Amino acid sequence: MSRRGSAERRLGLLLCAPAIIAMLLVTAYPMLYALWLSLFRYDLRFPDERLFIGIDNYLSVLSSAVWWQAMFNTLVITVGSVSLELVLGFVFALVMHRTLIGRRWVRTSLLLPYGIITVVAAMSWRFAFDPTTGFVNVLLGLDGAWLTERWSAFFVIIQTEIWKTTPFMALLLLAGLTLVPEDLLHAARVDGANARQRFFRVTLPLMRPVIGVALLFRTLDAFRIFDTVFVQTRGAQGTDTVSLVGYNALITRLNLGLGSAVSVLIFLCVLAIALLYIRGFGIDLTRRRKR
Amino acid sequence: MSSVKLTTAFGLLGGVFGILLGCTEPGPDIPRLSWYVFDEPSGAFVQAAQRCGEVSQGRYRIELVPLPADADQQREQLVRRLAARDADIDIIGMDVIWTAEFAEAGWVLPWPEETADQVRRGRLTSAVDSATYRQRLWAAPFTTNTQLLWYRRDRVDVPPRTWDEMIARAEVLGGSGAIQAQGERYEGLTVFFVSLLASAGGSVLGPGGQGGQTVSLEEAPTRRALEVMQRLATSPAADPSLANAREDQARLAFETGDSSFMINYTYVWPSANANAPHVAEHMAWARWPAVIEGRPSRVTIGGINLGIGAHSRHPELAFAAATCLVAAANQRLAATLGGLPPTTTALYDDPQVRDTFPFSAQLRATLRDAVQRPQTPLYADVSLAISHTLHPMRNIDPEADVTRLRAAVKRALHSEGLL
Repeated sequence: MSRRGSAERRLGLLLCAPAIIAMLLVTAYPMLYALWLSLFRYDLRFPDERLFIGIDNYLSVLSSAVWWQAMFNTLVITVGSVSLELVLGFVFALVMHRTLIGRRWVRTSLLLPYGIITVVAAMSWRFAFDPTTGFVNVLLGLDGAWLTERWSAFFVIIQTEIWKTTPFMALLLLAGLTLVPEDLLHAARVDGANARQRFFRVTLPLMRPVIGVALLFRTLDAFRIFDTVFVQTRGAQGTDTVSLVGYNALITRLNLGLGSAVSVLIFLCVLAIALLYIRGFGIDLTRRRKR
Repeated sequence: MSSVKLTTAFGLLGGVFGILLGCTEPGPDIPRLSWYVFDEPSGAFVQAAQRCGEVSQGRYRIELVPLPADADQQREQLVRRLAARDADIDIIGMDVIWTAEFAEAGWVLPWPEETADQVRRGRLTSAVDSATYRQRLWAAPFTTNTQLLWYRRDRVDVPPRTWDEMIARAEVLGGSGAIQAQGERYEGLTVFFVSLLASAGGSVLGPGGQGGQTVSLEEAPTRRALEVMQRLATSPAADPSLANAREDQARLAFETGDSSFMINYTYVWPSANANAPHVAEHMAWARWPAVIEGRPSRVTIGGINLGIGAHSRHPELAFAAATCLVAAANQRLAATLGGLPPTTTALYDDPQVRDTFPFSAQLRATLRDAVQRPQTPLYADVSLAISHTLHPMRNIDPEADVTRLRAAVKRALHSEGLL
């Protein structure tokens, strides 16, 4: 490497340094501290009884039915919401992309739910599905209490998630759609490809990396779901998620050891999901643009 | 010309300083005590704090730091600060269920014997008990609370005496949601269970009680309590969303006028008068129904007591301020403005308080026989164990669940595993 090259490299590292140091302070330190805490029997109420117990906390969590139940529930919510969001997000993105009249209005109205705070959205839907105060039963001519049965509660939670975050998915996919060259679509049309073929054979393959990123972001978010469930059922009716289990141990019971073990396990799951997507979709997060 | 400008400038500055000095009348050298307490909407606590500051003649002033309305969230915010030895916390509005936990963790100071006698005098025994742990007083009883049975006088002439009687009569009256109660998986479900269990003659923890840390949950009373819960939840008279109902959902449902019975705290009375006068005019009250015929019900006590933060910079002043805050005059204020029942027995005969609580006789009688929730430093764990095991109430199997409940509470007392 030339002298100038190495000087530039050094400058580059120097410029990155503040960001890296800040990241280490605010993310790496707490993460390592959580890992450390998870090896102790440690209750905030009895700090004197702190005791090193190795991986006992992990064994206790992994052998608990509560954890596996919560894991199953989390996966139900994740798969249910993300898959439907992808389909709906595509519809929204195509509408936003192709619309000719009132483009700004269409885009704004489709993106509106994403601007609403999750807790507020969760509350609104909780009231909407309530048999006394809600409009859903009146509209559908039903009189069930949605949040008191397991699967109907899942339905309410998942549809709240979909309502809230489909715009995010649509936005990412819209960005992907604009990357598909018009010429290519025209060429396909000239060659006699119908709309359906153009979408599945041209648009979709070209958008693969974008879809991968959109799915990755949403899956990671959905897996860590907390607020919607906390507001709507507090994990009752068998809708506990892994984040709620962690919250109960850490924040309510002040059991730092057990709670940290849950947090570390959630982190490992998130890591596994991310790796899976990066392998599966061939997403290269560090790829440089080739020109 | 410039001198004119200067004079005006100085004049202005002087004026500004004058105003500033006028504003900071108490002076910066008067110690400020922070009172962490739930955000009481009527302003009764603010007035009480102001009064005590004035009476102290410059020894201290009290500033309110509002906490959320929900007791679980108050605790979450407080415990993290207390565990981090926050010196800003001088006075704490403590929910009755925190006494053992805060005392054992060393987060609050025990009351010195002389002052303790002063704040104990003339108070309801159950309120004093709620602030006592290992024979010491850890907080001054301030306001209290408990549930009554609310019913529709136009549909029910004599209030039911037992739960069985109430459920049977509600079923005859018909209509779903004839009985409103609390069935969501949260603290309210634990409260409901503890009241039923005590009314059936049982208790959650063994006779060692405070710090004894043994599970009691005697077979017969526990099964009886679970039977009532299961019968209520599976009755057509129960609200369809019982499994998702808290105090406020019950209140709202009762205010629509469709319900005939409700188990709830006293705040429903001013609320109904304000929001649903057509319901309030037919509303009557009675003691919580008994579980066993002829044996008066024992209902869970609530309320807040004032504790002194262990790391306070001015503990002596904080004790003095808390003693002032819990005085009868401020309890009257909290009662008449905020609708919070007092802990001083004599106030239940006070004409102003009686105006606010026309049901003060039933309230006092209920509080006299009130039951404490388990007084253990691991209460949060125990409560989670109870509410998680018994939810939803419609799926309770009284035989099998006595064993399950015992096992869950035992695990909680040893703070083992996830709940």
